[in-house]
Amino acid sequence: MDLQEFFRMGGYAGYVWTAYGMTALVLLLNWWSARRCEAQEQASARRRSGTD
Amino acid sequence: MWLWIHKFGSPPHAYRLLGKLAPWFGWSALALILLATWWGLVRAPADYQQGDAFRILYVHAPSAWMSMFTYVVMAATAAIGLIWRIKLAHAAAAAAAPIGASFTFLALATGSIWGKPMWGTWWVWDARLTSELILLFLYLGYMALRSSFDDPQRADRASAVLAIVGVINVPIIHYSVEWWTTLHQPASVTKLDKPSIAIEMLYPLFIMIVGFQLYFGWAICRRLRGEILRRERSAKWLQESI
Repeated sequence: MDLQEFFRMGGYAGYVWTAYGMTALVLLLNWWSARRCEAQEQASARRRSGTD
Repeated sequence: MWLWIHKFGSPPHAYRLLGKLAPWFGWSALALILLATWWGLVRAPADYQQGDAFRILYVHAPSAWMSMFTYVVMAATAAIGLIWRIKLAHAAAAAAAPIGASFTFLALATGSIWGKPMWGTWWVWDARLTSELILLFLYLGYMALRSSFDDPQRADRASAVLAIVGVINVPIIHYSVEWWTTLHQPASVTKLDKPSIAIEMLYPLFIMIVGFQLYFGWAICRRLRGEILRRERSAKWLQESI
């Protein structure tokens, strides 16, 4: 497979790669924020149970 | 059945179960999304009309599907919470909202990027695009409404009403391409008799949809666990299980 041809995406490179990049970004942000949401609550629950 | 609902509806049990399920969802989602990305970008043939630009389909259609699926999940869990007064159901609705909003944003953004080379414009105020934009505002409105209450029970009830009323928008989005004239192409997959898309183009799409669905499963497990912890601040089981 010609790698250069692949990255060119038949002349639509800018559109295709932006769309896929954006998808990756949103999925990663979601991943990070879901993990943070859980971890923060766990930390604050631990703090509470430590002071009780 | 009722016993099962009761058991799952109990926060400690749900909290542990979600923690066990999450990694399964997460890893299978990652595997399927990577497979579908490779298949969609490398293996699938270019479209005879749209060339390689059609490959945006593989991220656009699954996001659009998830934006509606998540909304239905959110409205259904909100309704269950409202009718049977199950706090866990309200928590699930609250956990679904940010995930749904991000998929809706993604559907709009990738659609816009696809629209530019195909239609010659980033945006038109037609039925499909406008109703999807309204969906985004419904999600944002739901989250804003929740955060405007200090009392979580009042927040649950008020936001559940908004979520349920807003579900009317979902069939409007789906049928908008048939009811109104629009630039958006009609569905090419969800025609049960004969999909008007080549089968080798279809496999990566289905894999991506399943991958997104599993990703949603993972994200809601994590967020719902956070919600449960926040709501069960003073419960005894909590001190034992963390």
